[in-house]
Amino acid sequence: MSDFLPRIVGFLCNWCSYAGADLAGVSRLKMPPALIPIRVMCSSRVDPLFVLRAFLGGADAVLIAGCHPGDCHYQSGNYYTRRRFALLQRIFQELGLEVDRLRLAWIAASEGVRFKKVVTEYTDRIKKLGPNPVKKEIFL
Amino acid sequence: MKAIRINQPFNESLRELLRSLLEKGKVGAVFALTRIGSGYSYTLITDPKLLDQITPIDPYMPVGGGKMLSRLTMIEPLTQPIAAVIRPCELRSLYELVKLEQANLDNLLIISLTCPGVRPIRGLATDRGETLRECCQICDRFIPEKSDLTLLCAGEDGNVSTILINTEQGERFLEGLPFDYVEAELKVPEGLKESRKKKRQETFSRLKPEDLGMEGLINIFGRCIGCHACGRACPICYCNLCYFDSEESESHPKELATDLELKGALRLPTNTIFYHLGRMIHVSLSCVGCGMCSDVCPVEIPVGTIFTRIAESGQKLFDYIPGRDLEEKLPTSTFKIEELKDLGEA
Repeated sequence: MSDFLPRIVGFLCNWCSYAGADLAGVSRLKMPPALIPIRVMCSSRVDPLFVLRAFLGGADAVLIAGCHPGDCHYQSGNYYTRRRFALLQRIFQELGLEVDRLRLAWIAASEGVRFKKVVTEYTDRIKKLGPNPVKKEIFL
Repeated sequence: MKAIRINQPFNESLRELLRSLLEKGKVGAVFALTRIGSGYSYTLITDPKLLDQITPIDPYMPVGGGKMLSRLTMIEPLTQPIAAVIRPCELRSLYELVKLEQANLDNLLIISLTCPGVRPIRGLATDRGETLRECCQICDRFIPEKSDLTLLCAGEDGNVSTILINTEQGERFLEGLPFDYVEAELKVPEGLKESRKKKRQETFSRLKPEDLGMEGLINIFGRCIGCHACGRACPICYCNLCYFDSEESESHPKELATDLELKGALRLPTNTIFYHLGRMIHVSLSCVGCGMCSDVCPVEIPVGTIFTRIAESGQKLFDYIPGRDLEEKLPTSTFKIEELKDLGEA
């Protein structure tokens, strides 16, 4: 299992986290190639259905990244994201689904290093968890 | 509390009240449950002569009354007053629909009742006796929230009807009508709330997270035929075009091929678990626990039971009771800056 490379679907907000990822890239920071980035205009654009679809489609984890609270390009989008994420987490817990496979992270445009840290740490954590068992569920 | 008393059984009393309202021109129409042939339906009645046919207190809920009132008021508010007899969960769903901008309360006189519960509509076609819906058996919110008038029904013997006047609007509508005013208090049978709560705990304890998981969900929804009737019947699920009925949710051939390659099989119709999880996330904060979804499920999946169980936990997260208060915002349409501080930081 040591050569298992998770596939993490990452929803990155255009203004902070995507720029943070870009900065990590141009700074040539090294990190595991596990994250599949999807750029969204705001983390609050992420309908929980997107997350479910990725999760049920066999993604090993789903990361939502946005601007730090107070820094949203649209003033308050990420506060809504935060509530929705809390609800999603709660529903996963109550249904006995693996809540560790969902993650929310605030990453600013200047935080290339933090982006690298989040991706590296989360990849390690998912490696320990192993592949998403949903992948093996045929009759979803 | 001010009330009117009518010395007749519930249905007859309400008919009398509604007939007075209609004949005196206080309301232009009446919205109430009506026995039609072998079944029941909600009807909107303007002719006082037809009021003989309404059976507002009969224990059936063919569709969500809140959803029907939303249909009547969605495009424009009512131009003339309507008196509507609906149950507490229907009223809560109506309030949620108002918050979701799908309904309007203008010109609506709400008559509700302390609700003993309703029976599955399927019971009319089979001889399944008089058992209440499971969602009714575990409902502890059977007292209506802020209705204009409340009929005391649960636990009453049904020979005399007491109708509480809760609002100024209620009082205004009754002005000049020939009814006896009395003083009465809101009362419900002793121990009913407790026994319902106990039953709720028992029922929910059969749906513990550790017993669920993906396996558990596949097991519960193993019978699902993907008809989406639960969503159609749900008072909160209001989207005209549901994502799950849209072209967007159709599987692209390439996607199907990938799935088949990975798994060697595919369940059809697709997206069974996705649909139910998606609905849980989209509507559970506003779920009023009416049980319409269970009632219409052709394969008898206890959709409503699992939904109320999940909904309760989500609602607790935001200390939110759907339909409790119109002023209370939907949790996902508002936020507090100082909350959930640890999310996203690690």
